[in-house]
This record gives sequence, C-alpha cells and structure tokens, in this order.
Amino acid sequence: MRLPGSSEGVREGARTGRGQGFVPALPPTAPSAVRRLPDMREEPAVDVVGLVKRYGSKTAVDGLDLSVGRGTVSAVLGPNGAGKTTTVETCEGYRRPDAGTVRIFGLDPVADAAALRPRVGVMLQSGGVYSGARAEEMLRHTATLHAHPLDVAALIERLGLGSCGRTTYRRLSGGQQQRLALAMAVVGRPELVFLDEPTAGLDPQARRATWDLVRDLRRDGVTVVLTTHYMDEAEQLADHVAIIDGGKVIAQGTPEELCRGGAENTLRFSGRPALDLASLLKALPVDSTAAELTPGGYRVTGKVNPQMLATVTSWCAQNGVMPDRISVERHTLEDVFLELTGKELRA
Amino acid sequence: MTATGTYRPEPGAAPLLRMIRAQAALETRMLLRNGEQLLLTVVIPSLVLVLFSSVNIVDTGDTGVPGNAGSSVDFLAPGVLALAVLSTAFTGQAIATGFERRYGVLKRLAVSPLPRWALMAAKTCAVLVTEILQIVLLTAIAFALGWSPQGDPLAVVLLLVLGTAAFSGLGLLMAGTLKAEATLAAANLVFLLLLVGGGVIVSLDKFPGAVRGVLELLPIAALSGGLRDVLQDGAGMPWRDLAILAVWSVLGLGAAARFFRWE
Repeated sequence: MRLPGSSEGVREGARTGRGQGFVPALPPTAPSAVRRLPDMREEPAVDVVGLVKRYGSKTAVDGLDLSVGRGTVSAVLGPNGAGKTTTVETCEGYRRPDAGTVRIFGLDPVADAAALRPRVGVMLQSGGVYSGARAEEMLRHTATLHAHPLDVAALIERLGLGSCGRTTYRRLSGGQQQRLALAMAVVGRPELVFLDEPTAGLDPQARRATWDLVRDLRRDGVTVVLTTHYMDEAEQLADHVAIIDGGKVIAQGTPEELCRGGAENTLRFSGRPALDLASLLKALPVDSTAAELTPGGYRVTGKVNPQMLATVTSWCAQNGVMPDRISVERHTLEDVFLELTGKELRA
Repeated sequence: MTATGTYRPEPGAAPLLRMIRAQAALETRMLLRNGEQLLLTVVIPSLVLVLFSSVNIVDTGDTGVPGNAGSSVDFLAPGVLALAVLSTAFTGQAIATGFERRYGVLKRLAVSPLPRWALMAAKTCAVLVTEILQIVLLTAIAFALGWSPQGDPLAVVLLLVLGTAAFSGLGLLMAGTLKAEATLAAANLVFLLLLVGGGVIVSLDKFPGAVRGVLELLPIAALSGGLRDVLQDGAGMPWRDLAILAVWSVLGLGAAARFFRWE
C-alpha cells in the first residue's frame, strides 16, 4: 500500500511479476533525496490523485481521483467535454498536471516516459497513422518498434483488416481506421492499454470484435482503461466504471453498484381502474410507492426483486385483478448516467 | 476466440538501431509514394535542368562560343542540385511533417518506444536517401546534356550536407509552428521565390547591388553559389558560403528544437 506523503522507506525495487527489471534495487538506507520507489506488487496500474488540468481560463479536469487495479478493465464514462480525453492523455504523458499527481505503475508519465512507453499501449481518439501508409504496413512497422510483438498476421485477421489490402490510410473507412489504431495499441504486448473511444462510429460487428478483444486482453492479464459514451459498453466490459462530468468523478464503482445506487427501480402493470393501493403498500417494504398514473395504469417503485414481484402479483390475485402488461424497469447504467449528468444536450 | 495467453504482456522496446532503420525506411517509402512530393523533388528539378539547358530562355552565361556548348548546363547543374536539396530538405520535409503533426502521427509516435531524437534521426536519413537518389538522377541528366564538372568533391559534399542541415531546420521550424495548410502554402511559395531569387536559375548578378547583397545571405544563394563556384569554376573550398550555411543551420535547427510543437 502506498500512503501519499508517508515516510515509508525505499522498498526492494525488483519486480517479481512480469520480468521487467527496470527499477533498480536500492539499499533500504538510500538517501532521502532519491525518489521513493513504489511497491511494485501493490501499486495500482493507474493512480490519479487530485488531478487538475487547465487550458487558459478553462478548467478541463478539476480535482479528479481515479485508481485502476492491475488486470482490470475500467471505463471512464462521461459526456463530451467532461474531461475524459484530458485525463487519459495526462496518464499517457502528453500533458503535465497543473496540480495533483498521476502515476502509472508507480512511475511519472512524463519524467519516466522512456521506461513506460514500451509498457503502455495507446489508441488515440483519431489519427496517428501516415496518410499514405497501408494498414498492414503501419501495423508491421509498429510491431517492429517492440521487442516481442504479437503475430501481425493473426491480429490483422482477427480485426478484419485483411480486406484493406493496398488501400492507404486516408482511404480506409472510419471503422477500419479505428480498428487499425486498436491493433497498433496492443501489438507491442503492453501491460496497460488506454483506448480513447475505441468503438465510436463502429458498426455492430466491429463493435463486438473490439469487445471480444478487450475481454481477451483482460483474460490474459492486460489492464485496460477505456473512455466511452456508450453505457452498454461500460456495462458489458468494465469491472470498474468512473462517471466523470465537469472534470470530476461524480460516481464510481462496479456497474452493478452504480445501478443499485441510483434512483429506485420501477414496476408497472395495468388492470381495473381505482384499485385500493393502500393495502398493496402495507404489503410492500416501507420505502416503496404505488400510484395510479392513468386510469388502470399503475406504477410501483422501490427495490425491485423477485420478492417484490411476488408480493404485487399475489396482491393482484387477492383482488381478482389480472396484471396485464406487467413489466419491471431496473435502472441501467444509462439511467444512472443521465440522472447524474443531466438530460440536456450540451454544446 | 484466441488461445489463452496470446495477449500476455511482454513489453519491451526493440533495439535502437532496428527502430531507426525501420522508421527511416518507412519515412522514405512515404516520401517516394507521394505524387506531389515526387513532382517537387524529381520532376521540377529535372525539368528545370533539361528545359533551361536546351532552350535559351534564361541567361546562363552561355557565350555561344564554339567548343563551349556545355556552358548552359555547367551553369544550371549546380543550381539544380541546390534546388534538389531545397525541395527535399525544406519544402518536402516541411509539408510532410506538417501533415504528420496535423494527423496525429507525431503524437502517436511520441508514445511509441521510438525516442524523439531517433525519430528526427530517421527523418534525416530519409531526406539523405532521397537526396542521393535525386543527385544520381540529376547528375546523369546533366552528363547527358554535356556537363563537365570541376572542383573538389569534398567541397561539394560539405555544401550539400550543410545545405541539408540549414533547410531541414527551417522546414521543421515551419512544420512545427504553423498549421499544416499554412505550411503547405508557405513552403511552396518559398520554394518558388527561392527558385527565382536564390541564384538557382537566375544569376544574382542580374539583381541591383543592394538587393544582391541581401539575397547572397540566403541559404539557397550560399548553396547554389558555392556549388557553382566549385563545380563550374573549379574554385577552392568556399568558406564564405559554408559559413553562411552553418549559421543558418544553427539558427534553424536551434529554433526548430525550441519552438516545435508536437501536437
């Protein structure tokens, strides 16, 4: 455990994990001027504390905290302009924080860039490829910059880039460009990948292919941090979701925790008008509500679970009511997201 | 989908030399594949050489004296070699780098294992390889037109190398500070102005004294003048021109290193 600002001594720096012995082992009596070495076993992959980033008078990130455990998939979710890309690009070493600290595997993304670059794969939101380069050529080139790259042919096959042939980058479809950027992020066999909106604008098949690849990365121990606008993507892929807005994390947790923590869930049914809801409320847990919204159209809110459903249907049976069109609406991440970030469209 | 362990992390940078070699090869391919670049670096210098050697439009100092028929090409060939360096190291490099910056290529490379200095080294290699191809082609054309070069090859090489350094610095400075479209326009405009006012095809003697004094300090004038002094007149080491190019190199590369924005 790393306690910020603690005077904890320098630990043994040799990594036991994946054989990257680039952190020199120092004797425990190293002078205090030496930068304190992180505990490589417990250090999170990404550790952002109190990050502030301003562009002129505009504050893009405003005291953001984010911690990403090794081997997990984290989704950074937020509306346009929330600060997602700025946060990720600060982690990638493109920008220096105006305040706060960012550590990747315990290292500084700017000062320790040379050590981090081979370990971190990056997919930019767009671009990154010579306009005259062919897909396979660019991927092979990226592979050549790494010591133990993936099999390029297999990766091309897997991401459906084989059909690009001799087409140059500027003439590839948006989806092909996205998939090439994804392939370039993973081809060097990184420990951590940052994917900035990896499925924006992809067709459903390509989106599935991207999701499958992210799942396989996780299975094989790669840490993945992705930004997205798509709630279902976060729900499907992420172990941990951070919803950010106005440059701050406004909610985080597992997708289940977030859905549970949001507003209450709803059950609807229709039946005879003017049923006596007081007797239903008596049978339900205390914080439930029941209302007849339209004649014969009922809404019950509260903790929706099998028990609650059974209570409602048996109450219907007692009253000789057939609950037509009974439906439960449990909150999705999308509901939580809209509830937290507001429903208005933003510029 | 794929076997477990396929993506197991095994990070590491490739050996530096392998990275630089691969990057230089890629940069060279991108340069040679681009039609507009070829127009600038191959077609225009070749045309200038052939056209103005065979048709007496510009005053090349050809006296028309029998036995001196090669003097047109003797005047033009050094200027066209200077033009070749200008087209590749300055115009071509500025435009290519400007668009790489615009399309996030430099940004993406910045997080690859390739260090920045190694990227610049690879770019320099690509420029030098292109220049060698240009010089081979233009020299062959010049010989076919009856060129008879004089002078010390070492002086020629020194001039070409310092000229490349000077123009690379200025080209990268432009690419790293202006927008890609502005770089495209400005680099072509500068190319055209220097073609006319840099002693490439028009002798600086044609300009009034005061103007000439300024023009002679331009890197293109130092390069074409120096090459002409050596190759046409067999002069010794052109120290003054080398010094002018060296000053431009230091200023250009220094300013590029200071002001280049990667995004």
